[in-house]
Amino acid sequence: MSDAIRIHVPIDAAALSVGAEAVAQAILREAQARGVAIELVRNGTRGMLWLEPLVEVETPDGRVGYGPAAAQDVASLFDAGFQAGGAHALRLGRVDELDWMKRQQRLTFARVGLTDPLSLADYRAHDGLRGLERALSLTGAAIVEEVTASGLRGRGGAGFPTGIKWRTVHDARAERKYIVCNADEGDSGTFADRMLMEGDPFLVIEGMAIAAIAVGATKGYIYLRSEYPHAHKTLQRAILRAHHAGMLGPSVLGSGRAFEIEVRLGAGAYICGEETSLLESLEGHRAVVRAKPPIPALAGLFGKPTIVNNVLSFAAVPWILAHGAEAYADYGMGRSRGTLPVQLGGNIRRGGLIELAFGIPLREIIEEMGGGTLSGRPIRAVQVGGPLGAYLTERQLDTPMDYEALAGIRAMLGHGGIVVFDDSVDMARQARFAFEFCARESCGKCTPCRIGATRGVELVDRIIAGVERPKNLAVLRDLNRLMTDASLCAMGGLTPMPVTSALDHFFEDFDRPSRPAPSPLAGEGWGEGSRDTAGLSALLTPTGNDSATPHPAATRPPSPARGEGEPVAERRT
Amino acid sequence: MAAYPAWDEDGARLIVASLSHLEGATLPILHALQDEFGYVDPQAVPLIAETLNLSLADVHGTISFYHDFRTTPPPPRLVKLCRAEACQAVGCETLVEELAREHGIVVDGPGSEGRGAVESVYCLGNCALGPSALVEGELLGRVDADRIAALCGEPR
Repeated sequence: MSDAIRIHVPIDAAALSVGAEAVAQAILREAQARGVAIELVRNGTRGMLWLEPLVEVETPDGRVGYGPAAAQDVASLFDAGFQAGGAHALRLGRVDELDWMKRQQRLTFARVGLTDPLSLADYRAHDGLRGLERALSLTGAAIVEEVTASGLRGRGGAGFPTGIKWRTVHDARAERKYIVCNADEGDSGTFADRMLMEGDPFLVIEGMAIAAIAVGATKGYIYLRSEYPHAHKTLQRAILRAHHAGMLGPSVLGSGRAFEIEVRLGAGAYICGEETSLLESLEGHRAVVRAKPPIPALAGLFGKPTIVNNVLSFAAVPWILAHGAEAYADYGMGRSRGTLPVQLGGNIRRGGLIELAFGIPLREIIEEMGGGTLSGRPIRAVQVGGPLGAYLTERQLDTPMDYEALAGIRAMLGHGGIVVFDDSVDMARQARFAFEFCARESCGKCTPCRIGATRGVELVDRIIAGVERPKNLAVLRDLNRLMTDASLCAMGGLTPMPVTSALDHFFEDFDRPSRPAPSPLAGEGWGEGSRDTAGLSALLTPTGNDSATPHPAATRPPSPARGEGEPVAERRT
Repeated sequence: MAAYPAWDEDGARLIVASLSHLEGATLPILHALQDEFGYVDPQAVPLIAETLNLSLADVHGTISFYHDFRTTPPPPRLVKLCRAEACQAVGCETLVEELAREHGIVVDGPGSEGRGAVESVYCLGNCALGPSALVEGELLGRVDADRIAALCGEPR
């Protein structure tokens, strides 16, 4: 089969979600029927998700893309001689020459979309394992020094310097240490972890192995959210193969150093993205946040020193080790060094993943690369950094993507997700959702988050319904301050961020003539009246929404018994 | 559609025993039970507690904490529909209203006999191709109400 034509069809979940499997099957069928010898490679996605399913053909001039392809296009692709790069309405030209690809600086995602994710030979052929090999020639302290010098900061959202975390674990004395990979990518608008785990799982394994060698850990866990069944399968297979090849096991690459990795599935709890609740979950408990100190680096999983890093943090390390800390630090701006995988989603014409040095303005990403909204309507709001991130206005889009620059406008970078909304968005409803989500996902340990989120939903409902607006707005501002200052972790502490930004930038949405509360179907609070069945049946009647009554909470007077009716902050002691 | 065997104490005991050696075995055990039977029967609580030397409250607390674990048999088909921000930006809430109005399917509602049910989830990692749904391990992008309703089947 050496003269067989290599054709690539992604096996990434996003590509599959729009029919990549049917395209792959159609290509196999058609090739057989026509007697064309092909070799079908199932690669990760290039991250140009609007072009999925993107079929690529290897030609002497490089890989030529066709997309978005449907199964019914396959016969005409063969008719057009696509296996030799022939002309077709879907032909995009050389994929690495496309503007979207050319503008990027792919360090972490260098292989994603190019290689077969489960081929260790492919991985090696594309510079894989060089970081781990170098790490094995260094002392633990030297590895930590290299990571520190690179300026790498935790990619999960908090932006804590990775090297400092590693040094703490390195210096801790214990008979057992753990490496934990946080793959609980729960933020809406983010999918970089998923894309990487499905598209280049060996990179995550290599990064974790380097961490283990650096600090003397022998066991690693990948805590993966259950919403990612494809990534689960891919990781399991990759770990098995890494084992067979001696990349994991009793002697990593023949070094005599042992390291094992196990994948553990979450169970639909957003809070598990918070590192201490993730550790509780790994230990088998309810995922209730732990108070810090002690920090996990000293007393983490089962009380042992533990490195907890995001998928992207581990995945950045092999490149740093292979090319040197300085080469990595050459990318970026200010205190944000290296590259950032930006994920562009929501109401966007060209959504996907873009890896670039820190510092690119949001506008360039959203307008030039993303092409504006999918609906064609004007952009009204952009949420950066997941459900706990701020909503920005169109006027703020010249802000560069950088930890400090975003913090400077009371926003946050988080995990690098950007969700675009057009002008049909109702920002009061988005503010309500922020509280509603917090109420649903709060672990319940601290009062500001557990109670505050439910009170927040009620407050926004009352404001929307026009009940004592000025008073309720004042209480809402107080509640935001209280949750920000007094919550134990980022869940309660940052939920006010989207709410406050909506209030600050989109106040007109809170100041419209009163209207019924948003669909009670969305009601999921765990306070009283969490399920409004009367509202449900109203929705089921033919007149539908028009007849829906306001949520009971929206019309009810404030009650001192429920802690309402006076500004929350005044009761603080 | 997934068909699960009825709850069976001996089968459950085997599953628990086969995973009890793991560190922090509770979640792997609960997942394995749910994979096998489609839900975690309350009868599993004393079984797990005894094997892992935990209190009944610990085990019950863990089961009830996580959205994934069900304690009653699942509907014939479960459609997990994303309701998070990126899907909201492309109209998942309108889709939810349409499902109720035009197809009589109430998301997170009690469901109806013999028909698939739709449950809310928050982010499936398909944020550039929403609205998204997850059905029996398969991710679907750019879904609309008709497609979701078709997956649920007709009411009996």
